[in-house]
Parts: sequence; structure tokens; C-alpha cells
Amino acid sequence: MQPTSNPARGGDHRNATGARLRSRTFTSMGTVVSLAIPCEPGPASHPVEEELEAATAVVERLFNELDETFSLYRPDSEASAMARGELALSEASAQMRELYRSASEWRISTEGAFTAERPDGVVDLAGIVKAHAILKAGTSLRALGLRDWCINAGGDVLVEGSPIHGGVQPWLAGVVDPEDRGALLTAFPLGRGGLGRGGGLGGGGEAGGREAAAPKQALATSGTSERGQHIWSAGRPVRGPGSFRQVSVAAPDIITADVLATAIMAGGAKTLSLATGHWDVEVLAVKNDGGLLATPGFRAR
Amino acid sequence: MRIRAGISAAFASTAILIAGWQAGAHVSESNASAVTTSAAGSNTGSATGTSPGTSASGSGTAGSTGTTADGTAGSGPSGSSSGTSSSSGSGSKVGASAKAGGTYTGQAVETRFGTVQVQVTVKGGVITDVTALHLTDAEQRSVQISNRAAPLLRSEVLSAQSANVQTIGGATVTSDAYLTSLQAALDAANF
Repeated sequence: MQPTSNPARGGDHRNATGARLRSRTFTSMGTVVSLAIPCEPGPASHPVEEELEAATAVVERLFNELDETFSLYRPDSEASAMARGELALSEASAQMRELYRSASEWRISTEGAFTAERPDGVVDLAGIVKAHAILKAGTSLRALGLRDWCINAGGDVLVEGSPIHGGVQPWLAGVVDPEDRGALLTAFPLGRGGLGRGGGLGGGGEAGGREAAAPKQALATSGTSERGQHIWSAGRPVRGPGSFRQVSVAAPDIITADVLATAIMAGGAKTLSLATGHWDVEVLAVKNDGGLLATPGFRAR
Repeated sequence: MRIRAGISAAFASTAILIAGWQAGAHVSESNASAVTTSAAGSNTGSATGTSPGTSASGSGTAGSTGTTADGTAGSGPSGSSSGTSSSSGSGSKVGASAKAGGTYTGQAVETRFGTVQVQVTVKGGVITDVTALHLTDAEQRSVQISNRAAPLLRSEVLSAQSANVQTIGGATVTSDAYLTSLQAALDAANF
């Protein structure tokens, strides 16, 4: 405890964008998950507090249930039973088979850069379980009727709406500088209006005609400082000129963002080209020498 | 170079058409993930199909050359030029005709890369060829995909400070590392 600098219970915190947020955190899957929602205008924020407490409880239970099934750190999990060879995939739960199927499809579409199998052959869905949990949490929050929210699970972000209650401006997600984790490299607008560049399509013509890129609601980042061991290429971490230190991917959905960030980390420059050519994503990659590679959406206007 | 870029863009939007045509569930499902995120979007994908029966008579109009000899499907897209059926990834009608074979010309689809139109040849339920018929921007020039990741200086990205952002993305932090992270500071301030 450092009373001089600890802003805990700091009351109304209004950051430079005018957003007044409330957030709650919990620990799951070995990391910390934050849920933030904007305050309503006016002094009374009790409804927001209650709404946030209820929503956090729902999201926390969801994360913990998935962790109980998929964690390789828990000896009693279904994933651990499979790793020990006590349970075949064909005998596993529907949820396990579904996630494995999803991971396998991503393995094909990323040309092997993303994989659900460790070099030792153990099925490790850690690379997709957290994103799956975030996805399901988002579905639950929508079902609860929440319009504006932001989930951050260990640095992977999914948003809906705006950080201003009933507002139109996008959430602004900072990206940590891998060379100085106390500083931000850049920021990316997510959610409503967060179309990245190309939003002004200069006279699209007929209705329903020219199609804009879908709003990016998710941002996932993968890096060498990451815990977990789900980044390999042919059994070894990628090294050399074509490899990256950190990769951030903004996508319309969190699974695509998370899988492609992991895949580009593992597959290097080749997978980066594959990702930007085949998916509606924006990518910011930090090379090992500190240089940046970025799609136009990450360029300051 | 341009042709190569064109073809890869065509493939991107072809995923939508393919999703509707592939009979095999596995392939269909693996493409479905591309559909939801593909630039061309799954909502605008539609196909103008030439049914095997019609094409067998040798209607050699542009983009509808019949190639089938094993045309057995009776439920394919009707009409050689006007039959337009939706292929938004789950069109069973289109899927049924794909088992038979034929050459199918997709409708011109507006994407953020410009207008894209492709032709797909199916034989015995397997796609044997994909050709880009049309890939131009609004000025009718052929286009290259511009969403390439290019070198960028740090001064060229949107600068940000933790006071300006509402959340912070980064490589997965452990719950221990979280304690000293910028996100922890934000969460504490918003408690």
C-alpha cells in the first residue's frame, strides 16, 4: 500500500476524453479481467453500480467455468485428463470438441501458424479459450441489456458502444510499448465509429452499395513477453529478421483478433501478409529491432 | 504484381461464394469463419448460376461456360443469366447444385477494394477453378489491395497517453504483472 499514489476508490474519475467510467476486476485464467461501463450523467450512479456488480458476476462465472474445463494448470480439468491420455478427443465434452474444431479450422486458414497442439502433441487450447471466454462474456452483456461496455482480459479487449453513456464516440484502446511497459506505443479507436481509416467513402453511390470495413470492436495483442506457451512455428519460437516482438490485431470480433495476433507472432512476416490480405483487420507489429509495421488504420490521421 | 494482388482479393471474396457451394461440411464451416470477417461481407454475396442442364446445351456467353457432364441436380439456380440466388454461406439450393458441377459467375460485389466478380468452376462437388472476372476501383482501374502492413515511424502512429485512453491492450499479463500495469492504474481510478 502506498497511500500517496494509490488512487483506489478515487470516486469519479474523468479522463481527458470526458469519459466517466466504473470498472470492476477479477482474477481468472491466470490473469486479471476488467469490466468497465460508463456512468450515466448526473450525480447518482447507484443504478450503474448495481448493473456493473451484476454484470461482473456473470462474466466472472463464465470465465471460471471455462477455466475449470480447459486449464492445463488444474489437474482435475477435462483438458488435463486429455493431456494425461485418460480421455480421447472423441469422448470429450461437446464444448471441448467445438473449441478444438474451431482451433483446427484456424490452423488450416492460417496455414499452420496458429495451432492447438503443443510440440509434444498435447492439445492446448489456451490460445483460443480466453478469446472464447471474452466472446461469450460479450454475448452475456448484450443479453443483460448493456449497451456500452469494455472487457479487458489480460490485455485483450472487446468493446461495445461508447465510453460515454449513450454517446457515439469510440472507445480508445492504448497499446503498450513492449520496450517500456509503462508507456503506450499508440492507441486504436474501437467500437462505434471506430472504423479505422477509409470511413469517409466519398460518395458511395447507391444504397447498400459500397461496403465499408466492419467496425473493429476487438483488439488482441500477442508478444514474446507473454506467459503461456502457445506460440510456436514448427515446434520452435520464430527468430530472425521476419519475426516480431509484439503483434496487435484489431478485428470486428475477438476470436479473429486473438488468433491472428498469435498466428502472426508465430508465423512472422509471411503470416502478416496472409492476415492483412485475407481478413478485415488492422495490424500493428513491433519488430525485434523496435521498428514498426502497420496497416493504414494504425496511422495517425 | 497487380494480377497477383487481384487474384488474392478475388479469393477473399470468393470465400463467400465458396461457402455456399461447398457440399462438404468441414470445408464449408472452415470458410464460414472467413465469411464473417471477410472484406466483402457475407450479406452482399450472391451468385448468378448457370444450371447444369442449361449449360450442357453450350451457352457460351461470357462467364457461363457449362462444363458439366454429370449434371443431375434439378434444384440448381434457375436460368442461365437471370437466376440469382443468395449464397450467404448456407444456401442449400446453391449447395445442391454444386454437387453436380458447372461454371458459376458470381454477381459483381462492391468491396472496399473496389468491384470484385469471380467465376468458379465446380466438378463433382469440387471447385476446380476460380477466375477473377472483374476487379476494379471506382475509376475502373485495376486495383491492388491497400491494406498491406508497411513500415511506419513511431511518430506516424496515433500518439497516446494513458490519460487519453479507456483501456489498455498488451501481451497477456499474469495477475502478478497486472499489479504494476497501466491497466491496473486505470481500473483503480475507475473503481
